[in-house]
Amino acid sequence: MAMTLRDIINKLLRRQPASASTARERLQLVLAHDRSDLSTELLDQMRREILEVVAKYVEIDVDEGAVSLETEDRMTALVANLPIKRTMTGQIKLKEHKDQSEENSQETEGKDQNY
Amino acid sequence: MATDTRVILICSGKGGVGKTTLTANLGISLARQGLTTAVLDADFGLRNLDLLLGLENRIVYTAQEVLEEECRLDQALVKHKQESNLSLLPAGNPRMLDWLKPDDMKRIVDMLKEHFNYVLIDCPAGVEDGFKNAMSASQEAIVVTNPEVSAVRDADRVIGLLNTNAIKPVQLVLNRVRPKMMANQEMLSIDDVTDILALPLLGLVLEDEQVIVSTNRGEPLTLNSVNSPAAKCYLNIAKRLQGENIPLIDPAEESSGLGAKFRRLMQTKIF
Ligand SMILES: Nc1ncnc2c1ncn2[C@@H]1O[C@H](COP(=O)(O)OP(=O)(O)OP(=O)(O)O)[C@@H](O)[C@H]1O
Ligand SMILES: [Mg+2]
Repeated sequence: MAMTLRDIINKLLRRQPASASTARERLQLVLAHDRSDLSTELLDQMRREILEVVAKYVEIDVDEGAVSLETEDRMTALVANLPIKRTMTGQIKLKEHKDQSEENSQETEGKDQNY
Repeated sequence: MATDTRVILICSGKGGVGKTTLTANLGISLARQGLTTAVLDADFGLRNLDLLLGLENRIVYTAQEVLEEECRLDQALVKHKQESNLSLLPAGNPRMLDWLKPDDMKRIVDMLKEHFNYVLIDCPAGVEDGFKNAMSASQEAIVVTNPEVSAVRDADRVIGLLNTNAIKPVQLVLNRVRPKMMANQEMLSIDDVTDILALPLLGLVLEDEQVIVSTNRGEPLTLNSVNSPAAKCYLNIAKRLQGENIPLIDPAEESSGLGAKFRRLMQTKIF
């Protein structure tokens, strides 16, 4: 996300950002939903189901997991950010494999959501 | 008889963003460039184009009588007093909304295409039947919006519908731009709006009090006040429609002096 000199000064001075950047962010969010025609309930249900599937393979932090819609250039993407719990030695906590053949086809994009 | 007529839908989604004002001024500007132009008032519920052009007292027949074959097309067309290349086809009675179908709109536009280089359709607000009927008769579109969240959101809806209906090109006109507010980042910038809507910018129109004065008189700005800020913008848009390469007005340049320099510095993108 673009930041201007004014945005930075406002941030340093802990002032409210100029209203244009607030407008931009609110619009991007609302348009992502408008364009996908997905209701918040449906999105929430999808989020829960995606988490369930992923949780079969790795241990994830269910409370931190976020699934959201992002939009750019009239393309809308479903972005899932699912923090994976780590073992003491820093390894990813894997679950024992069960019937993995089916669930492999699930499409979730584990992209970082930080700007 | 004109070939290759361009039929352009002027639409917005949100009401009151400047469709009718743009239609009137583009009509005058194109006519002045020697192009025969018809402006069609497709806002049957709340017609206004006749008022903005100062032609309200000269209407005898409307699109309704043409469709009902009670008169010929040339009897319903109202020629502009000063710009004889420009004609208005007035909207009929609001009751037309009850029976008008996309095919009726196509019939009218097909008739107009035989006589004009440009057909500009002034669309009603909203995305309901009035808009859809008008869209069905159009080839390309200009989406008018303001640098405000609600106007941009509604424009996005309309763009989605235009895309699904294979209308192209679809170009953007950003109306009521206030350079000072933009410079202070208290108004969505031009880049913000074009990025979010992902449309090519046909032009921007500055906020200008003279627009109201011209509406009072029924004389579009481009007719008699060509030096007013908004008039220049409308003239540029007409030239770009004709393929001329006219650079965009930089709103930051519109406010000058030391204050403006400082505001420009504050707008510098760091990341
Ligand atoms: N650039 C401008 N500067 C100042 N005022 C403007 C500008 N453009 C439009 N207006 C004013 O905004 C109002 C709405 O304009 P207009 O009727 O053209 O909008 P519209 O999109 O056709 O509205 P509707 O959806 O009701 O048909 C009018 O009062 C007009 O004078
Ligand atoms: Mg109007």
